[in-house]
Amino acid sequence: MSKKSSINRDAPLPAVAAKALAALRARTPARLVVGRAGPSYRTATQLELREDHAAAVDAVQTEMDLVRDFGQELVDACELFEVRTLAESKAEYLKRPQLGRQFGPEAQAAIREQCPGNVDLQIAIGDGLSAAAVATGVPALLPLVIDGAQQHGWSVGRTFAIRYCRVGILNEIGELLAPRVVVLLVGERPGLVTAESLSAYMAFRPRRGHTDAERNLISNIHARGIPPQRAAERILALAAQMMQAETSGVAIKEQLPGQAIGKQAPRIS
Amino acid sequence: MPYQSTVRGERFAFADLRELLAKANEEKSGDELAEIAAASQRERVAAKRALAEVTLAEILANPVIDPDNDEVSRLIVDSHDAAAFAELANLTVGEFREWLLDDATDEAKLHDVRWAITPEMAAAAAKLMSNKDLVLVAAKIRNVTRLRNTLGQRCVLAIRLQPNHPADDLGGILLSAVDGLLYGTGDAVIGVNPAIESVDTVASILHALDRLIGVSGAPTQHCCLAHITTQLAALERGAPIDLLFQSVAGTEAANASFGISLATLREGRERVLEHHQRRDVAWVGQNVMYFETGQGSALSADAHQGVDQLTCEARAYAVARAFDPLLVNTVVGFIGPEYLLDERQITRAGLEDHFMGKLLGLPMGCDVCYTNHAAADQNSVENLLVLLTAAGCNYFMGVPCGDDVMLSYQSTSYHDGAAMRKLFGLSPAPEFLAWLEQRGIFADGQLSLAEPASHPLLGQLESVLADSSAN
Repeated sequence: MSKKSSINRDAPLPAVAAKALAALRARTPARLVVGRAGPSYRTATQLELREDHAAAVDAVQTEMDLVRDFGQELVDACELFEVRTLAESKAEYLKRPQLGRQFGPEAQAAIREQCPGNVDLQIAIGDGLSAAAVATGVPALLPLVIDGAQQHGWSVGRTFAIRYCRVGILNEIGELLAPRVVVLLVGERPGLVTAESLSAYMAFRPRRGHTDAERNLISNIHARGIPPQRAAERILALAAQMMQAETSGVAIKEQLPGQAIGKQAPRIS
Repeated sequence: MPYQSTVRGERFAFADLRELLAKANEEKSGDELAEIAAASQRERVAAKRALAEVTLAEILANPVIDPDNDEVSRLIVDSHDAAAFAELANLTVGEFREWLLDDATDEAKLHDVRWAITPEMAAAAAKLMSNKDLVLVAAKIRNVTRLRNTLGQRCVLAIRLQPNHPADDLGGILLSAVDGLLYGTGDAVIGVNPAIESVDTVASILHALDRLIGVSGAPTQHCCLAHITTQLAALERGAPIDLLFQSVAGTEAANASFGISLATLREGRERVLEHHQRRDVAWVGQNVMYFETGQGSALSADAHQGVDQLTCEARAYAVARAFDPLLVNTVVGFIGPEYLLDERQITRAGLEDHFMGKLLGLPMGCDVCYTNHAAADQNSVENLLVLLTAAGCNYFMGVPCGDDVMLSYQSTSYHDGAAMRKLFGLSPAPEFLAWLEQRGIFADGQLSLAEPASHPLLGQLESVLADSSAN
């Protein structure tokens, strides 16, 4: 929520109500008691909403750029490289989700050539619906996950980035490289409160035909959600559980903390 | 039976009614995703021309999904009013469209034939109608429902307050709700989508909303939009339920993917009706169900069975109307661009859904909304809001500044509801309006409160909260 709100904070309030109001406002990111111009918004509210929407739309439309988003140092250190799904443009990606779940022959060859197979942990980065989430979240998170995995004594594959990526690409990665656990760090659909929400979708030996039922998710990795250190710990703990149980998805304990039914935020799978 | 028609010398054939209905649909990315859409604009028009010649009797005789395999199809067949259908049976879809638009076909007439019209007939008519046609016919029909207040009358526009919170914080939810009440919204329902689908969470939200209604005296109903089984489990533990919510879809398989069947809905409704008899509330009616729907939901569950998303949506209304709901709304832009690509498709779908729901007898509202990866923005929402208000839509959503901080999508705001009431001279539900005037929020039928931040209702929040956390 925004810094400069339009509300009548100057209006005289009974002391108790004012105190209660301030305490309650701090408990929600919702835009409350903003005042009105007739039956419409004050100009400040109107412009804040436009600004936050602009950030969200830009996050969806911006193309991922490895060096700009992650920095040359991280790209070099992790030997990051990029592949693309069958979607050829952002517009096609948005309209035809199934294209974002498959690689073409070129991408398959690049992955096979450059990544070792049969590792314990394979990490991939997907732009998903927010390149901004990836740019903001990955640089801190990726080294923590790689270092932590190595401390567990796991073999870690070479990380790559996927343009126009949907969650279902996990299955293709599993088919190509046969790792034990795959972690996909992917940008979620941006809202107005944050456009930078990253998720980690994880699966044990994913292969064709697997669905969300075989996957686990750690969502809301962003500044006002789960910080990188905590996210890395949860990813590593979940990977260890998967390796031990030799399965993933509904059978594994760390699950979504509950999903809203009714209007259910559709994730980018 | 195969259908065919010729457009500009080019002949198009359609294998069966299901294919014909799909190809006659206006352009929707979801039908393209399902690979059932017309391949060209010429084919689309050819399908419309062929559909215009099909009689309603033929539609009735050819279910798009076999009733032997689908309980929604069986419901449609079993609830059909054959007597009232007599005068419509021989109309073609093209003639039916004109009959609907005819000035002689008034509200009473449309009311008499609502159970003679099947969802597939409503969908077929929608496919031949322009956006303005959809507004014109819907505007004839008012479907009035009652629970703690009376909704849907001519000149009434209600708003559902949707005070969601990303972590279900009761203080945040209640402050959002009070803020909305101070704009005159919340007469349709104060309805919270929980972030966490647990019985404890749902029960605590229901208790808090019930207390808010008790303390404020606002004549409206509350709802926590969890899965039906979670709500009933909360009821079992003593939580008060005004309205029982469920998302519904137009095929048995899609409903199964939601974890429900018609039996689930029937049993739930009966339990809530019984629960209401035990509560000390001045009910003014017995419409105890609330349903949400939306084009594309069957396809997203891979349960559309080759039926286009408009026809599937109409069938969801057959499910809804079997349970006398207080509220039904399509959530029109929520599902994403793979089903409704952009503002144009969202607008069209909103008008179609509202028209079909009204025609089938439902108290139709609309969550006019969009997600940030669709080619739409707040202006898109405002445009459809005006169109649907002109069409006589029962209610819209009231979300703080239109920004749902839990579901990460944009809908309509408290301000938007106030604006539509002003623009079209509409009022809140009458019982609710009387309360608003008594509490100094409205005067002479209009929103009059200038300084919501100093209204005593905010001061009462602390006591509601203290009770809620003690619960």
